[in-house]
Amino acid sequence: MTTLPAYPTVRPGPLHSILLAGAVPLFLGALLSDIAYGQTYQIQWANFASWLIAGALVFSGFALLFALVNLLRAERKAGRPAAYFLLLLATWVLGLVNAFQHAKDAYAMMPGGLILSVIVTVLAIAATWIGLTNLRSGVAQ
Amino acid sequence: MKPFHTLSVLSAALLLTACGGEGDKTQARGPDPKLPEQQSSLLPSMKIAEPAPWGEQKPKVPEGYSVTAIATDLAIPRQTLVLPNGDILVAEGRGGSAAKLKPKDVIASVIKAEGNTRVKGGNRLTLLRDADGDGTYELKTVFADNLNAPYGLAYADGKLYVANQDALVRFDYADGQTKASGPPTKITDLPAQINHHWTKSLAVSEDGRQLYVGIGSNSNITERGMEVEIDRAMVWQIDAATGAHKPYATGIRNPTALTIQPGSGQLWAVANERDELGPDLVPDYLTSVREGAFYGWPYSYWGQNVDPRAQPQNPAKVAAAIKPDYSLGSHVAALGVDFSIPAMGEKFADGAFVGEHGSWNRDNPVGYKVIFVPFSNGKPAGEPIDFATGFRGDDGKTRGRPVGVTVDPKGALIIADDLANTIWRVTRNR
Repeated sequence: MTTLPAYPTVRPGPLHSILLAGAVPLFLGALLSDIAYGQTYQIQWANFASWLIAGALVFSGFALLFALVNLLRAERKAGRPAAYFLLLLATWVLGLVNAFQHAKDAYAMMPGGLILSVIVTVLAIAATWIGLTNLRSGVAQ
Repeated sequence: MKPFHTLSVLSAALLLTACGGEGDKTQARGPDPKLPEQQSSLLPSMKIAEPAPWGEQKPKVPEGYSVTAIATDLAIPRQTLVLPNGDILVAEGRGGSAAKLKPKDVIASVIKAEGNTRVKGGNRLTLLRDADGDGTYELKTVFADNLNAPYGLAYADGKLYVANQDALVRFDYADGQTKASGPPTKITDLPAQINHHWTKSLAVSEDGRQLYVGIGSNSNITERGMEVEIDRAMVWQIDAATGAHKPYATGIRNPTALTIQPGSGQLWAVANERDELGPDLVPDYLTSVREGAFYGWPYSYWGQNVDPRAQPQNPAKVAAAIKPDYSLGSHVAALGVDFSIPAMGEKFADGAFVGEHGSWNRDNPVGYKVIFVPFSNGKPAGEPIDFATGFRGDDGKTRGRPVGVTVDPKGALIIADDLANTIWRVTRNR
């Protein structure tokens, strides 16, 4: 049994998709760099993590603007549009906290930076999953 | 990068507007400071000096003393040297070429630059002369230029030694000379890779045979990697004749000024300690530099207080670390030291003057003055006494930042001010 979508289809713009999905490998790269730093004490891994997080914040920050516009324009705001926006907001805010954590000198960023990187990466994947599903299908629920 | 950058600058700006007042009260100063617990905050405190011209104002000095600006419009004066004939040499420059490794470095460099002079470093030595002894230095001339961020200065037996940021060099000097007779001779290269802390401080032994060069660490606390700390955070002893060197004392994070104690011939240093452990950690210090001693950096501070940020840790080095002699207070940024003489007046006859550049990462600013540490039997004894203050005014504006301090045998203290690009001279009223 098939039913037509109850709401107008919201197609993801290419830019929106790139920004949203692009944050995932950046946050994931930061997480892997943190693990490498914890294992080796080689400071360059911590530097990599800092810049990857900074890049991820740029990507997810602009994606967040798209998500906000998406939310405001959605006819039914509850459910996926709201969940997507809130997850992405949490990703960005914790990602910013993680950026400051990574700004601490040498091993002062650990283990907090690693823990935050795990949380932020999971949040980023979840936000992207829901966001792209929502936008691709155009089905809000 | 952009949202991150903007937000950090915003939050830093918010911090800048917070609070004021006297910062010394919580500071543990003296031979046996009680140190607080380590603190870690997500955003380090920053309170940057807000530069303002001196105008009609001057530094405040004790009653019975006067202060005069004997040279202005210099190009970042750091350390000074009084030559045998009374002429004053001033080392001018700004060094360092440390790469910005993290987003934090980019942001911090912009913020910290607010509190410094906009003038370009001179990379030269300027000579000041008061031929008639009236206290006015009527001659101001370039003694030598094309140097590479000169900082430490010393004189012995017709030789003028200059510690550039990358090499220790020597000029031949005859009394009365106002210009170097040629380019200097290199004695030895100095560690210059990265040069996070670029200032190379210098002292010469009383017999003129040994030179001591202070070499700062290449990071706050190894955040540029352990590999770049080879030959850093230590004092080298260098043979003046051959240029051969050996580490004389190690684990001194940033030995920013060295001097020889008259009489004992003992080497003393002021050193700047690590940041980001809280407003009252870690104290900068004044210490006799013991040969072969390890002073803790990066593994520990003030003896056996372990710094967990330096990884992998080294318990053997922590156990070997010795305590410095005298705490000057955290973040005061001591950059100058010289021993006094009886000609400075009874109250200031026995002890050492210390120039404090002033804090940048403490909500209640500290430093921004020249203090006097009284000595008794060759050791620091008692609370430090303010000698020259008013560099940071009650209005919150900063008019000057003291660096090098040099005692003139005629009975005067020479203070280099690298914010106002001025040399101050403090004398006793007759």
